[in-house]
Amino acid sequence: MNPCQHPLSGAAAIAGIGATEFSKDSGRSELRLACEAVLAAVADAGLKPSDVDGMVTFTADTSSEIHIARNTGIGELTFFSRIPHGGGAACGTIQQAAMAVATGVAEVVVCYRAFNERSGERYGLGQADRPMDTGADRAAYSWMTPFGLSAPAQWVAMFARRYMHEYGATSEDFGRVAVVDRAHAAANPAAWFYQRPITLADHQASRWIAEPLRLLDCCQETDGGQALVVVSAERARDLPHPPAVVLAAAQGSGQDQHMMTSYYRPTISGIPEMGLVGRQLYGQSGLAPEDIGAAILYDHFTPLVLPQLEELGFCGRGEAKDFIAEGNLELGGRLPFNTHGGQLGEAYLHGMNGIAEAVRLVRGTSVNQPPDARNVLVTAGTGVPTSGLVLGPGE
Amino acid sequence: MSEPAGAEQGERGTPGASYEERLRAFAGRELVPPKPGPDPVNVPMIRHWAEAMGDRNPVYLDEAAARATGRPGVVAPASMAQAWTMRGYAATVAGRGSGPGAEELAALLHEGGYTSVVATDSEFEFLRELVPGDHVSVREVVESISPEKATALGAGRFVTTVRTYTDHNGATVAVQRWRTLRFRPKDRSHKPADPGDPNTARPTSTAADAQVEPPKVLRPRPAVNRDNAFWFEAASEHRLVIQRCAGCRALRHPPGPCCPKCGSFEWDTVESSGRGRVHSFVVNHHPRHPAFAYPLVVAVVELEEDTRLITDLVGVRPEEVTIDMPVALEWLDADPGLSLPVFRPVAQEDQP
Repeated sequence: MNPCQHPLSGAAAIAGIGATEFSKDSGRSELRLACEAVLAAVADAGLKPSDVDGMVTFTADTSSEIHIARNTGIGELTFFSRIPHGGGAACGTIQQAAMAVATGVAEVVVCYRAFNERSGERYGLGQADRPMDTGADRAAYSWMTPFGLSAPAQWVAMFARRYMHEYGATSEDFGRVAVVDRAHAAANPAAWFYQRPITLADHQASRWIAEPLRLLDCCQETDGGQALVVVSAERARDLPHPPAVVLAAAQGSGQDQHMMTSYYRPTISGIPEMGLVGRQLYGQSGLAPEDIGAAILYDHFTPLVLPQLEELGFCGRGEAKDFIAEGNLELGGRLPFNTHGGQLGEAYLHGMNGIAEAVRLVRGTSVNQPPDARNVLVTAGTGVPTSGLVLGPGE
Repeated sequence: MSEPAGAEQGERGTPGASYEERLRAFAGRELVPPKPGPDPVNVPMIRHWAEAMGDRNPVYLDEAAARATGRPGVVAPASMAQAWTMRGYAATVAGRGSGPGAEELAALLHEGGYTSVVATDSEFEFLRELVPGDHVSVREVVESISPEKATALGAGRFVTTVRTYTDHNGATVAVQRWRTLRFRPKDRSHKPADPGDPNTARPTSTAADAQVEPPKVLRPRPAVNRDNAFWFEAASEHRLVIQRCAGCRALRHPPGPCCPKCGSFEWDTVESSGRGRVHSFVVNHHPRHPAFAYPLVVAVVELEEDTRLITDLVGVRPEEVTIDMPVALEWLDADPGLSLPVFRPVAQEDQP
């Protein structure tokens, strides 16, 4: 297909972003965090709550759109939708919004995610003691939790060990991802780890969580909310900020897909669902990896950043460790990465804060603005059915 | 299995084999001779029981409602059968009133180091409904004492007894199969520590820890449903099965209702050889779940049959595990309700 004619590419733009502070104990309800983030994003877009007619969030969110609409003065909604699979949903919410805007189903769609993930229900503690039912989603845990494999760090560690075996990557190669994230967070006043960079030695000295993952390979847990406002690219040009045009938006679920535990595929050292997302992103946008100026790659755990770089074509299979060691992810490098500090450094908002950073990169307002950040690629959760975006200034 | 901890220096100086024989000799022996309960079946106790259990079935207390069901009058809840024979709190805490056989068995188990007990299951068969005025007796006989099993609580033996409940005319009214686990609390185990075995491996514990053994929790339960029940049922019989499509014969795990290759909903199973290799593994340190000992080695094992499964590795130190290491199946009876396939490294030449 001629990329210029792809109906989704260039149709919509992110016109507003808004977030709460990122903390370890918000002291407020998850609904209130969501309301604060949504109102901030709507205001940032130069719109009123009553302009909003569509809302999208995660199935994992505890606050349905009706509660937020009722509380914030958003009136009638013509479009509402939810995306499953945890952090894999992040860019998918924008895709839903862009499709709704492109088809005229809605004009102003707010995507949001808010939780007390540190002071409330902590995902990192795992699934072992969650209530049980006998549906297929719950039954999938039957193959892991009785054996003591029940937390996200452990699920990722299984992939990481095999990746190390096949490509010779080391714990230090994972650590370099954390060092870059924390260096960028150190310059970001909104980041939890503002002014707290780490060294590779710090990483190597941190305790084991699930070998081969150390503490500093694991993202933090955060209380907070993030919202983004999507409108048509045409309307966005009349709003206060330079539009972050959605050049491509894609979801992907791979062959023999499981939730964080796709261990039954012929090879488990790649992330084929991310490859599927990448092919769509380049196909829709007409861009190639070399056209991407910066990347926000999902970093709940460092090891899966490496196969993301490979699946998205920034380097060859098994070459990510060298690509990273050569400094390509740093601000002066080939692909400045996670300029907000990532989820390891800024906040763990299920990837939604990363999309906001991509918007800032397109606007030119990141605290770590690289010289040329046209066309920013963003990814969502890894190990799960996932999603991705390419944002840019457009025409 | 190692010998019972107390056997070597037990008063009778018996070697382990004869300890086994003495345990086996208990099969068929009477633990508690027939003995009437303290009170006959009566309405006040039924009322208290029904209230405490929240059981509002009117046939227990309302004569008219009971007659409307065709009964001659009110009946006792069936599951009160055991309650009519209980000796009461004072006698129980004073240790009075159990039979001579029960005391002898307790002493023998104590000799083997099995000082702790947990009830595991109870199966009842009810032959007739009890009515006020019935006077229930119970006799308890040992059915079996299992070989020593590794459980999450510690090494122990399952003691199964049959309790026969009779009325004042000697007619049987109910039969109960009653099972307890008599176990050696882990910190008192004399088994040599096996660092790779989640059943015996424990981090260094202080004397205070050993004295105050925290209550152990069970491993997380699988969510058993219509699509996976066969696998866990086979596991309870110590068989590792793999689902096989009845149409195209493709094997698949984890199982599901439909074959992704040919679309058939028909399937059967094959039993795995139990041999495989480590495809990948993790060594868990945090977060910790109280049912497991850490560090915990969890692996994805690729079976000879080419399917993979998530499992625990036992009998190996975390730092000795390598990818592609050959492993062989063994069974972990984590608790009476959960048996799981686990794998132990084997020598290369043991692989075909």
